[in-house]
Amino acid sequence: MTAEATAAIEAHLRRREKWRWPEIAFWVAVLIAIFLIPSRDALINEILIAGLFALSLDLILGLAGIVSLGQAAFFGIGAYAAAILASAGLNDPIFGLFVAAAIAAGLGFVTAPLLLRGSDLTRLMVTLGVALMLGELANRNAWLTGGADGLNFTVGKLLGLFPLGFTGQRNAALYSFVVLFILFAIARRLAQSPFGLALAAIRENRLRAGALGIATGRRIVAVYTVSAAYAGAAGALLAQTTQIASLDLFDFHRSADVMLMVIIGGAGWLYGGLVGAAAFIVLRDVISAATPEYWEFWIGALLVILVLTGRERIRDALARLWPRAATRSLRGGTA
Amino acid sequence: MSAAALEARGLLKQFGALMATDNVSFALARGARHALIGPNGAGKTTLINLLTGVVPPTEGQVLLEGKDVTALPASARVRLGLSRTFQINQLFPHLTPAESLGLAVSERMNSGADFWRVAGTRAGIVAEIEDLLVRFGLDADLETPTRMLPYGKQRLLEIALALATRPRVLLLDEPAAGVPEEERRDILAALAALPADVAILLIEHDMDLVFSFATRISVLVAGRLLIEGEPEAIAKDERVRAVYLGEEAHG
Repeated sequence: MTAEATAAIEAHLRRREKWRWPEIAFWVAVLIAIFLIPSRDALINEILIAGLFALSLDLILGLAGIVSLGQAAFFGIGAYAAAILASAGLNDPIFGLFVAAAIAAGLGFVTAPLLLRGSDLTRLMVTLGVALMLGELANRNAWLTGGADGLNFTVGKLLGLFPLGFTGQRNAALYSFVVLFILFAIARRLAQSPFGLALAAIRENRLRAGALGIATGRRIVAVYTVSAAYAGAAGALLAQTTQIASLDLFDFHRSADVMLMVIIGGAGWLYGGLVGAAAFIVLRDVISAATPEYWEFWIGALLVILVLTGRERIRDALARLWPRAATRSLRGGTA
Repeated sequence: MSAAALEARGLLKQFGALMATDNVSFALARGARHALIGPNGAGKTTLINLLTGVVPPTEGQVLLEGKDVTALPASARVRLGLSRTFQINQLFPHLTPAESLGLAVSERMNSGADFWRVAGTRAGIVAEIEDLLVRFGLDADLETPTRMLPYGKQRLLEIALALATRPRVLLLDEPAAGVPEEERRDILAALAALPADVAILLIEHDMDLVFSFATRISVLVAGRLLIEGEPEAIAKDERVRAVYLGEEAHG
């Protein structure tokens, strides 16, 4: 055994720990955009929230390889939790955000055991079913959720100082930015931890992961719970910054859209969800301005091209153009 | 205490009409070098799957150092010291040998669920990864994704991973299967260097390997144990010659 060999192993295992300049540039660019184009702050806020929602799916899909078509269940319940709290007068946004995330996490924790058996198809159907049930519960319990009318409410000022909502769209975008950044940094650390490595092992070969002594079921329940909390936080941010909660939060299309975002941006790479969310929403905004009924055609076309050509090939082509940075530096979050 | 390292009692596994394992009882002594042979389809891998908890038995029990582990899942048995390798590589294609070994070592050190620290920050784990990499000649490839390793090295990693769990009992399912001649030496050396206090059950088709490695041999035919004994006795046994060794008989 030599000191150099030990150092080499340690350096290898910790190779993604340091924040590299493309990552830093990414976050700084988002922050600059919020200040530089205030007319677009509502759109940026929407992208940041969708990015957090996509990050929540990437935690289970990208890291652990668990597919879900029901992520909207957690998004919806987080949004309604924040909305109901605010309607009841408990309208501090940060308090609402924590409670919403905790409630969504609770729902994730109790439904996660449903994902431990069966195939990917089983998991798609189970998650879809849970989201449908929850949406219908929200519809039937109008006394709590406002039913088809939804809930209109007012949230308090952020930290008692900064108003959110229509008069404070920059504040709203900054609020979403800070929440997204903190949760992203936590997810990034999680992906690089032994826990994150175990998730990668489960994704790559669950049989062998078990044969190494990894309690695969427990790890999946844990990451699903975290993922649900993230989705709940995203829902809460949307409710708080728009001051509306409506039944469409539980809609199937939200679960499907967030899956598209992760696929477009690339699963298993934590920035993939953010990039995918930005691409999805900017494309929708640009294309629907030109051809309002036609934008999904282009999203669909993009999806087909990406899946058929294979993202790896596109990334490799980029890597050849821009050797060091594209492949190594940006892969900040993978396990 | 004199309990066997691993014991099967009346193990039976039925897949529909097929009796894959038919009332198998046997004991693996502590530190044993025991081989399990038998023709293709005899149910050797099914038996390993039953012993390790990958599939539940229809009937019967598995005892690990005297403790009944029949109801425990595979991962819990590993924690109690029962580890295995696979006939067909079961590796993590996109992870590196250092990462793969780190998983097993962290798990054993109760560090596998740490989510707040970056992997590679516990010196004890890193030291053990290094030790395993060196022992299996994988130290030059520690950063190479497993899928890019030559097959022989993947086979070595397969064994190294099982050993990283610090087993008391190790089940090796055809460790040399498909390894090209020039890389075979490394596998044989790795097997010879396995810790003497670990009880080993070797499943293998290569009779040279079986007879050079094992001090006891069991023969499985059509899900049943035909005979168990010393290598010389097995080599001379007419029934074994008839069903399995055929014209290739040693002895």
